[in-house]
Amino acid sequence: MAPKLPPHHSLQHSSTTATAGGQVHDDHDHHPQPRGIMRWLLTTNHKEIGSLYLIFSLIMFFIGGIFALVVRAELFQPGLNLINPEFFNQMTTMHGLIMVFAAVMPAFTGLANWMIPLQIGAPDMALPRLNNFSFWLLPVAFTLLLSTLLMPGGGPNFGWTFYAPLSTTYAPPSTTFFILSLHIAGVSSILGAINIVATILNMRAPGMRMMDMPLFVWTWLITAFLLIAVMPVLAGVITMMLMDINFGTSFFDAAGGGDPVLFQHLFWFFGHPEVYIMILPAFGIVSAIIPTFARKRLFGYASMVYATASIAVLSFLVWAHHMFVVGLPLAATLFFMYTTMLIAVPTGVKVFNWITTLFRGSITFEVPMLFALAFVVLFTIGGFSGLMLAIAPADFQYHDTYFVVAHFHYVLVPGAVFSIMAAVYYWLPKWTGHYPSEILGKWHFWLSVIGVNLTFFPMHFSGLAGMPRRIPDYALQFADFNLVSSLGAFLFGFSQLIFVWVIIKCVRGGVKAPAKAWDGAEDLEWSVPSPAPLHTFETPPDFKPVQH
Amino acid sequence: MMNPVQRTVFRSVLVLIAMFAFAFALVPLYDVFCRITGVNGKVDERAQTLVSEEVDESRYVTVQFITRSGSGLPWILDVEQRQVRVHPGQPTEINFAFTNQSGSALSGRAVPSVSPSQASRYLRKVNCFCFDEQRLEAGERVEMPLVFQLTRDLPKDVNTVTMVYTLYPVAEEKAQLQAQVAPGSGGDA
Ligand code: HEM
Ligand SMILES: [Cu+2]
Repeated sequence: MAPKLPPHHSLQHSSTTATAGGQVHDDHDHHPQPRGIMRWLLTTNHKEIGSLYLIFSLIMFFIGGIFALVVRAELFQPGLNLINPEFFNQMTTMHGLIMVFAAVMPAFTGLANWMIPLQIGAPDMALPRLNNFSFWLLPVAFTLLLSTLLMPGGGPNFGWTFYAPLSTTYAPPSTTFFILSLHIAGVSSILGAINIVATILNMRAPGMRMMDMPLFVWTWLITAFLLIAVMPVLAGVITMMLMDINFGTSFFDAAGGGDPVLFQHLFWFFGHPEVYIMILPAFGIVSAIIPTFARKRLFGYASMVYATASIAVLSFLVWAHHMFVVGLPLAATLFFMYTTMLIAVPTGVKVFNWITTLFRGSITFEVPMLFALAFVVLFTIGGFSGLMLAIAPADFQYHDTYFVVAHFHYVLVPGAVFSIMAAVYYWLPKWTGHYPSEILGKWHFWLSVIGVNLTFFPMHFSGLAGMPRRIPDYALQFADFNLVSSLGAFLFGFSQLIFVWVIIKCVRGGVKAPAKAWDGAEDLEWSVPSPAPLHTFETPPDFKPVQH
Repeated sequence: MMNPVQRTVFRSVLVLIAMFAFAFALVPLYDVFCRITGVNGKVDERAQTLVSEEVDESRYVTVQFITRSGSGLPWILDVEQRQVRVHPGQPTEINFAFTNQSGSALSGRAVPSVSPSQASRYLRKVNCFCFDEQRLEAGERVEMPLVFQLTRDLPKDVNTVTMVYTLYPVAEEKAQLQAQVAPGSGGDA
């Protein structure tokens, strides 16, 4: 009677169809395995940890979303309407920090935990106990971060990029806690990344070569390398901040011979690879979904792998495109401008491959496919605005305006976030054994697409017209664009409630899914039953490489 | 012997440590890099000799001076002329004046920066108040000169050079220590 799957477990607690519900509680003490909360605290199972990551990320997505709606409510009309500017700054900062470090990154790690062992035919992650530890660091880190909002002087108010000296000399007293929480979150990401690398390199099913791995596994392998390379740099920067604030050093303080511009170099040396950390796994997801619903092999598998690797390498050489206006010498400006544009080439290869995969496929438009297609179109719009920003002389105009906000929200919301939603719709049948509701899923999709574009498309225009980012009030000529953005944001935000509804509904029941839930799906995860039992591939599967 | 998983973890941890160290190594590396290429507008904090070369009379460069007070030091830094036009190669002297507006003795220092940053390599300062800390009694006003030269090889596209001086307080204890070692080295040099 033991529930086989984490989602079922919670289902039976809340279920009104009282078949198994009572029993779960009754045999509480007689079971050898820890039950209830201890089960989740101590679990070393990759599927349970994957679910924990995903649920955590969803909660944080809503918390970060509420902060964004506070910002959009204030910007609904010109004037200082609802909140004071100090609180406004805390909201933009917290929104960015939570979305990046607590929503998008953990969601991808959760998907990696669930799907990488299944896709490579491994029984679990290479280091299961470390895996448990990596997850439980996150609630600690972000409870701490959120608690800074209640501290005297308020929470972080210097933007998610926490430029010194705003984050050192002029920072609120809670900044030390902010640094601590970022350290903890960073340790969590690093441990997660090491685990993923160790799993992929050592635990593939016999006969699976590197070039047989599904692209989600490949993109995550490369992402994990990026994380191992740049999270220590982030740790270094915040350690220097900590010392500047508390121990009288002057890494970033001009008065003591330091240099605030050094902060920006170090931050973006981490920060640019970080933005690719948030998009490479998305490429992997889309490369799994599009072939499935086009019922064709992915076009250009090898070029996808090489494109991902070259994006990763190039991402270390472009950081100063965030700093064109600090007064770089001409040679450096040109260097960073060209390398940035160069990144668009492998990115273009990917878009080309997805479109070619679609070409003459027998396409159906299930919800995961809708999200994946929207990803391709809207992410590409974000790529184009990125190219505009890469042109240094043009960036002198665009920098620190809403145009930049439009750019990175196009690559991150209909980019990274849509890919996560696509992945959830795609793999929910494997996780729960039921198909998610098509009708609700389509409502969710269409409202999200409309909401996202209403929110972020007008920001291109307000930015080009000169509206600065991170301001609580603005000149009258921007009023119409901001009105539309705010309406779109509320539409997008509230449509996410449908997403939660879909997930809860799917966990509780629905149309039963067979092992191979989508008829075009190829990878190993579709060879285990749906829902995937708690333990899979205890004996390695019989893997037959496909010709790519 | 390590098993393969341990080997992967071991190597990853090595990379981790190396990257953490690299972040800190970047601090001095950046400083050296900037000094060689002059990218961040930092200027040599020691006196340099003038290069005796012919003055390039075919060309004028506008030199602007911006002075400001940072970190709440209640001082004013005045400059006798906000803007001068000089020929490359020509030594120029400009007078600056520090005023301590507060009611107590304070130590401070003016931190220089040059824009566009590449011009800092062609800027030679023979004498500058910015080489040392100053100590001013309550209400004291002190005049100090800046003697500089822009060398003739200053790139042709640089027509304006802006020198910024930002006043910062010096930690009181630090100043006192220095005063004991070298009495009088600050204030009225
Ligand atoms: C074709 C590819 C891309 C190019 C050429 C590009 C270029 C740029 C440039 C030049 C900026 C700096 C703009 C400024 O501050 O003035 C920028 C900002 C940004 N980009 Fe991209 N980008 C690309 C793709 C991406 C992707 C895939 C992501 C993330 C998934 C991303 C996330 C960001 C973020 C978060 C910022 C703003 C950071 C901030 O100042 O808060 N970009 N991009
Ligand atoms: Cu970037």
